Amino acid sequence: MAAGTETATEAQTEQKGGFPPFEPEHFPSQLLWLAITFGAIYLFVSKVFVRRVGGTIAERADRISRDLDQASAAKARADEATAAHAKALAEARDKAQGIARETRDAMNAASEARRKTVEADLSAKLAASDKEIATRKAQAMANVSAIAQEAAAAIVARLTGQPPTSAEIAAVQSPTGKR
Amino acid sequence: MNPIEQFEISPLKELGSIGAYHFIFTNSAAYMFLCVAILVGVTLYAMRGNSLVPGRLQSAVESVYEFIADTVRQSAGEEGMKFFPFVFSLFAFILLCNFIGLVPYSFTVTSQIIVTASLALLVFAIVIIYGFWRHGLGFLHLFAPSGAPGWLMPLIVVIELMSFLLRPLSLSVRLFANMLAGHIALAVFAGFVATLVGAGVWFVLAPLPLAMTIALLALEALVAFLQAYVFAILTCIYLNDALHPHH
Repeated sequence: MAAGTETATEAQTEQKGGFPPFEPEHFPSQLLWLAITFGAIYLFVSKVFVRRVGGTIAERADRISRDLDQASAAKARADEATAAHAKALAEARDKAQGIARETRDAMNAASEARRKTVEADLSAKLAASDKEIATRKAQAMANVSAIAQEAAAAIVARLTGQPPTSAEIAAVQSPTGKR
Repeated sequence: MNPIEQFEISPLKELGSIGAYHFIFTNSAAYMFLCVAILVGVTLYAMRGNSLVPGRLQSAVESVYEFIADTVRQSAGEEGMKFFPFVFSLFAFILLCNFIGLVPYSFTVTSQIIVTASLALLVFAIVIIYGFWRHGLGFLHLFAPSGAPGWLMPLIVVIELMSFLLRPLSLSVRLFANMLAGHIALAVFAGFVATLVGAGVWFVLAPLPLAMTIALLALEALVAFLQAYVFAILTCIYLNDALHPHH
């Protein structure tokens, strides 16, 4: 049965002229349509496809290189600006340091001057005080001598019964000198 | 279940005849037009925005363009770019016909020897015409490479001439045979599936040829691309001979 079907199919194929791709019957039509369709494809590719796709790709490449150029120019400008900024900053810092130094010097000088006046003032006061102390001391010493004379005269008067004369008092004026 | 049936050309409309030649609009012609329609449609749709930042489809179309342009540049040099539209047309036509043919029940235009032979002869004719037009008799240097010893020359010329003349044959038969054999193998294994399903308990074995069919389909997809690429790159190499015959 299967063998029968196979022979039938074979016979049918045989009838049609064998292997279809080798049948010359349709060659002219195949060639005609191939020429038309391949010609259409060639026309489309060469007139439309290449211009649109290739054009877009070229345009994109142009755009990218242009943008890259712009970016590098912008970067150069930015670098310049950075350098200028750094320079300005350094200048400003120098100036600020100068001002600070000046201020410090001025303040040092002012405080030094004030210190000197205060010191002079103080030493003047000290000298005055010293002088005062010396005067007071001298006064006190003078008083001490008088009191001592009086006391000594009183003691002498009590012991001897007669007051010493002023010459005697003067003779014992300096006890350390005449022992 | 005849695996040859798929290559049958069936007339759709009789157009008339010139002399002994009948011109008929056939299924083959319809698939050729489908190929044109797909190429034109996809390109125009993909490039409709023509934007600098491409979408997915535009990106795909552009990468095919770049791919073929690189192939042409590498094989035939910058000068070869004047043949870019021709090479791209060949590649696009063959690739689309091959892939359309992979759809079940469809017709494979490139499995017709007359189609592949015409394309190969077209390439051959362009190489010869351009070669002689550009270099005159200098084109014949192609068959006599410089630097070969004199006594070997006759032999080399014969070998070079033979290989040159066999180019259209190898170019056309390679594509034709690949498409034909692949589709026959697919049809045979797919036929097994149908036969086993209809054969009582044997249907349990049907997944085996089905798996084989799927694997073959993947292989055929690769072959479909590869054969289109091979045809394009060989065209470039042959055009390179016409551009620079002095090697």
